[in-house]
Amino acid sequence: MDFPPYYLDHIAGGRLIIGLIACLHVLINHPLAVGAYPLLTFMEWWAHKHNRPDIDRLAYRITFVVFIVTTSVGALTGVGIWLSTSLFAPFGIGSLLRIFFLGWFAEWLVFISEVVLIMWWFLSWKKADTPEKKRKHIKIGLALSIMSWLTMALIVAVLGFMMNTGDWSQSRAFLDAMTAPLYLPQLGFRTAFAFMTGAVFLWFCTYFFTKKDAAARAWMVERLSHVVLSSMMVLTFFGIWYWFRIPEAMRANQSVALLSMAFVQWKDKFAMLLGWTVGAFLLIAIGGLTVPRLIPRWALLIPTFMGIWLLGHFERAREFMRKPWVIAEYLYSNGVRKDEVRFLQSEGMLAHATYVKHHTVTPENHIEAGKDVFMISCSRCHSTTGINSVLDKFTRMYGPGEWNAGGMVSFLGTMHKTSTFMPPFPGNLAEKEALVSYILDLRKTREPLSGAQATGIRLSDTTSASSKP
Amino acid sequence: MTSMLFLANTPVPRDLTLPLPLPEGLLKTLLVIFFLIHILFVNLTVGGSLLVAIFEFLGFKNKKYDALALELAKTVTVNKSLAVVMGIGPLLCINLVYTVQWYGANALTGHAWLLIIPLIITAFLLAYLHKYTWHHWETGIAKRFHWGLVLTSTLLFLAIPFVFLANVNLMHFPSEWEKVKGFFSSLKVGNVFPRYFHFLLASVALTGLAGAGWFWRRIVVDHLDNGMSREELRRLFYQIAALATGLQFIAGPLLLFTLPAVGVTPLLYKIILPSAALGLVLFIVLLKKAKGPDENLGYGYIRLCVFFSVVVLGMGSGRHAYREASLATHQQQVRERTADYQNALTAWNEANPPSEEAEETPEQLFATCAACHAPDSKLVGPPLREIAAIYAGNPDGIVTWAMAPGKKRPDFPPMPPFSHLGPDKLRVIAEYILATAPK
Repeated sequence: MDFPPYYLDHIAGGRLIIGLIACLHVLINHPLAVGAYPLLTFMEWWAHKHNRPDIDRLAYRITFVVFIVTTSVGALTGVGIWLSTSLFAPFGIGSLLRIFFLGWFAEWLVFISEVVLIMWWFLSWKKADTPEKKRKHIKIGLALSIMSWLTMALIVAVLGFMMNTGDWSQSRAFLDAMTAPLYLPQLGFRTAFAFMTGAVFLWFCTYFFTKKDAAARAWMVERLSHVVLSSMMVLTFFGIWYWFRIPEAMRANQSVALLSMAFVQWKDKFAMLLGWTVGAFLLIAIGGLTVPRLIPRWALLIPTFMGIWLLGHFERAREFMRKPWVIAEYLYSNGVRKDEVRFLQSEGMLAHATYVKHHTVTPENHIEAGKDVFMISCSRCHSTTGINSVLDKFTRMYGPGEWNAGGMVSFLGTMHKTSTFMPPFPGNLAEKEALVSYILDLRKTREPLSGAQATGIRLSDTTSASSKP
Repeated sequence: MTSMLFLANTPVPRDLTLPLPLPEGLLKTLLVIFFLIHILFVNLTVGGSLLVAIFEFLGFKNKKYDALALELAKTVTVNKSLAVVMGIGPLLCINLVYTVQWYGANALTGHAWLLIIPLIITAFLLAYLHKYTWHHWETGIAKRFHWGLVLTSTLLFLAIPFVFLANVNLMHFPSEWEKVKGFFSSLKVGNVFPRYFHFLLASVALTGLAGAGWFWRRIVVDHLDNGMSREELRRLFYQIAALATGLQFIAGPLLLFTLPAVGVTPLLYKIILPSAALGLVLFIVLLKKAKGPDENLGYGYIRLCVFFSVVVLGMGSGRHAYREASLATHQQQVRERTADYQNALTAWNEANPPSEEAEETPEQLFATCAACHAPDSKLVGPPLREIAAIYAGNPDGIVTWAMAPGKKRPDFPPMPPFSHLGPDKLRVIAEYILATAPK
């Protein structure tokens, strides 16, 4: 990548940070927005139709919680995914924005309407004091429900596209990405998940807001049990569809290890988690329908945590399956394009890099040059000594004793064939050797490596942009 | 071919090569428009929060200000959400048009850039807590604490713009990037502080103008019910707007004259000076309204808003003109560098078409294995000598193993599967191993 490297030495590629922000965002967006808005709108409508002010009051109180959380943590973590990605992988997000501008632009417009509608809906709730105004107010809730589902539908297209570009790599067409093979099962899975967890969230809130109101509580628990049951069946259907579609989607992407052990483990674990989660929700729903009074508040946390676990695992699939690509068959996870690899292997990556101290490797500078090579080609995923560190990786291969420098250089040349989630090394032989020198030196010194945000950029004293082919 | 040399201290990186999704000029126009919409709500949030803190403080002595503070606080929590959501559009555009400079500045101020998220979330939650506890914490120490909430969220709202301004400022000056070591040192580049004061005064002025409109509405005044008349309220907010606008005639020239010369052009003056002149008219009208009789307060509000919008549009365009001029050379260099690289890449790829994989020799195929298997010594996996002994006369055994290996030896790491090579190639490799391994 040809950007100043933002780099956290112990966390490396930022997968952890982007992942944490993204998971938090999804865990708010799915239950509290996509799932809760339509359920709360239904409550408001039903209360109005059957003249049950207690149900309306309960819906309002839950909406208050939803309003506070979605317009602060929910909205900002959404922006946070973007800001963190632009630090860790500017080449990736920058390229995706160019390909997916219309998608993102449309998503923005829908997001604006979503934010305006949630504020309008919540803040005007108590002003809707006539049947006429109430009917209009319910329609705002309906519009909000549609818009929040639509934002998810659009953003899932972007995510699905990253996993599998469909026909994009030939036609560069926007709509192709929307019809990528995993799109529909993923969208269905997420929608069902949102309703299922949204219902449990409402249920949980109900226990807090109906301490003196047994009638409202009974009303809620019965209906929410039905919602959980039905969305659970839909979730199972889409989960299985998704599970069966993955190999097909992966087959289109030859370079991804179809039978890699990690993938098999992931797939098995997904099936297992799906089973347990469905089981936990099933138990709660059946309990809600038969012995509602016996379900303690904490019991609701079990399916909730199972759901969070399942979704977290589900999200990891994307991270996992896209490797070694950021954009399949176009851009590798270290920011090197597919069409550049052989050129850089012949010419050298340092010669064409901007934020490096040296443009060629010499016997005097090989450790320092190796550090630049590490920063350019490894640091988006690997740290020096922290999480997913290069030292750990080589220790796993070569053990605690002496490491064979020649073997390491040879490994760098073929690592994309032995470990198919790795991109090919985008540099020449001297750079492989420099990188090995740096890693061997790092093993001795364990010297911390800092990114551009702390110690600034490193430029060559006589920077010559190798326009000399 | 010539080797292009550029100034050692200005990084000229390669840009992304995917085409822009819309014409560049259109994206830049959208950038200015979307940004102004975004900054409108940012101004109302920052200025509003500041005025709430001041009014609530005044409310300790005089209750009518306390009621006013609450009414204003209700607008802040709405505007702050709009500020965030409207910020996405300009971010989209600036990412596309100034990819190299914008991401570069982001990375150089990385920690602060990432901290924006928790800081804004904290400020928002405090603003909500402040608003929804108004009638619960009304007296004594609770009220002091309550004021502490808005003071804290206001301080956060005042601090966060520094991060954005540092980025917007830093992206103009790639030649200074080498000096930057983290967010705080980036504040020394260009003129972040004059930009900040200009922004802050604009926030107060705009909130004053918006308040003069909002608190003119009968429904709001009735609801406010603090003894203040519409005229009194409008006069107060006109005074605020006039004060802030007047101070802009110190902050504005300060901003203009501290701008690094690289982007200052006659065009900039042609845009800024008429806008400033219009600003002066605005200031005089505001002052007249604020000091004049009540009858004058009832009309001319829309006209003031139009004036104000034109001034803001002028200032926004002026900023864009400065950005364009200051980055013209760098943009050109980046374009050339990117094109040179692309040309060299295309030429190289044409001169060196990828060799057909079918032509790979057994030796080349074996290179994949050589990283872990040496002829006679343990590298990562066992030496070829051992393999050949185990599978003597049984190349298919090697193929079966390599398709789906497991972990056999406790002191070796597991071998990854090589099914992606296919049984045919694996068979070639297996025969090669058996033929060449030391006996």
